[in-house]
Amino acid sequence: MRTKQMLPALSTLLVCSSMMFAGTVSGKITYTGTPAKQKAIDMSKEPSCAKQHATPVLNETVVTGPNNALDNVVVYVSSGAPDDGQVPSQSITYTQKGCQYIPHVLAMHVDQEFEILNDDQTSHNIHPLPKVNIEWNKSQPPGTPPIKEKYDKAEFIPVKCNIHPWMHGWFVVLKTNHFDVSKDGGDFKLPDLPPGKYTITAWHEDYGTQTADVTITGSETKDVNFTFKAKAY
Amino acid sequence: MGKFFAITIAIIAILSAIPIVMNYWGPPADISTHGPAIDEQMHDTMWEAGVSFLAAQLLLAFFVWQFTGRAKSDKVRNLPGGARGLVIAAFLFVGTEILALGVIGQKAWATVFFDPPGKNALTVQSQAGQFAFYFRYPGPDGKFGALHPDKIDEGNQNFFGLDPENDVDARDDIVTAELAIPINRQVNLLMHAKDVGHSFYVRELRIQQDYVPGLDLAIHFTATKTGQYEIVCTQLCGLGHYNMKAYLTVLSQEDFDKWLKDKAAQ
Repeated sequence: MRTKQMLPALSTLLVCSSMMFAGTVSGKITYTGTPAKQKAIDMSKEPSCAKQHATPVLNETVVTGPNNALDNVVVYVSSGAPDDGQVPSQSITYTQKGCQYIPHVLAMHVDQEFEILNDDQTSHNIHPLPKVNIEWNKSQPPGTPPIKEKYDKAEFIPVKCNIHPWMHGWFVVLKTNHFDVSKDGGDFKLPDLPPGKYTITAWHEDYGTQTADVTITGSETKDVNFTFKAKAY
Repeated sequence: MGKFFAITIAIIAILSAIPIVMNYWGPPADISTHGPAIDEQMHDTMWEAGVSFLAAQLLLAFFVWQFTGRAKSDKVRNLPGGARGLVIAAFLFVGTEILALGVIGQKAWATVFFDPPGKNALTVQSQAGQFAFYFRYPGPDGKFGALHPDKIDEGNQNFFGLDPENDVDARDDIVTAELAIPINRQVNLLMHAKDVGHSFYVRELRIQQDYVPGLDLAIHFTATKTGQYEIVCTQLCGLGHYNMKAYLTVLSQEDFDKWLKDKAAQ
């Protein structure tokens, strides 16, 4: 009985102590060279989507920002921090709006539940293309309740819509809770890293993968920047 | 009772034939140079079919009227000489009629499918895939880049499978989801399917042609009226078939040049 009462207290103590010495890895993702021009997407065949965009939507394979910033790069701890198996309980959503996937890249933990919403006045048929997880595709006419799904293996999964060929996105399923997706100028942040040696991996859907080793001692913030080589085509 | 049926048959036949023969529900106004020939052919066919239908139904009504109310003991009379002669005559009549329609109509068909396109024709490639049409213009160099199906990457807007990295001809190709063409200029449309069978149907152009996987097909036509028209898929091609459409925009040569320039800039 006593032990049972002690357990929560002990775990709280452990969490607090690890938080006290929690380091952070943050940085910026940039590119060198000239990336391919973002092409405009013609949605004229789907007027209900086309009218949601005042200016043509640009293809999101390579999204850049000022000062050569690169967005939609998934940065995660690929080794050094064993997965604690804690599946985040908060719900994450993947929205089909204006015939686009928002966000373009959705990163999640293995077994984490996510919801797929259709905010459009047209039907979508979401079709992720996993190789190690189970493949499915689901139709979602306007007004359909959210589709709840999860993946039980780590994988980078391209997502397409079987009705609108231009729609494209990614599910990035990771076996770690230390991940971030660079956005708004290529920034990322991996907080709550206990002291230790880590390998940080940055993944971009077109430019590939890069890694960096980093050692955290105490509650410091380490700067790690990644630079990808842009492809002209 | 038999006479009532005879009258009913006659009334239904006449009421159904009137809109067909009188062309009440005709197609929308034609916008192509070959359209009048197709419309004439269609009109002749409907007129002939309408008259034949009416004649057959009225004959049926006449027989019902004439021979109704016979006693069961009455002798059944056969056609003198048997039915064989009549069947052969009907066979020849219908066969000749259909053959004649084909011969008369082949000219309209040939202008779209068989005659080679003129030298000044604008060549546009069109690709049908689940569930959208895409069109490709050769760009300023006038040459289409080669197609590499393995390079098709729709998420990255590479619908045709071009390889601009290694293929110079492909770099200036203009790919659009809308078919814009100049008025009064012949268009040579090259057609291929990416996946399954689809169809290119524009009512106002009087053209309906299937895309057949594995076949490169070509049709040509000249539009004579500016405006926007719907291109729809009329071959059941899967889940999103109902939603597979694009727009044909017929522009003045000046507007077309501007449109092409804008698309190239995108």
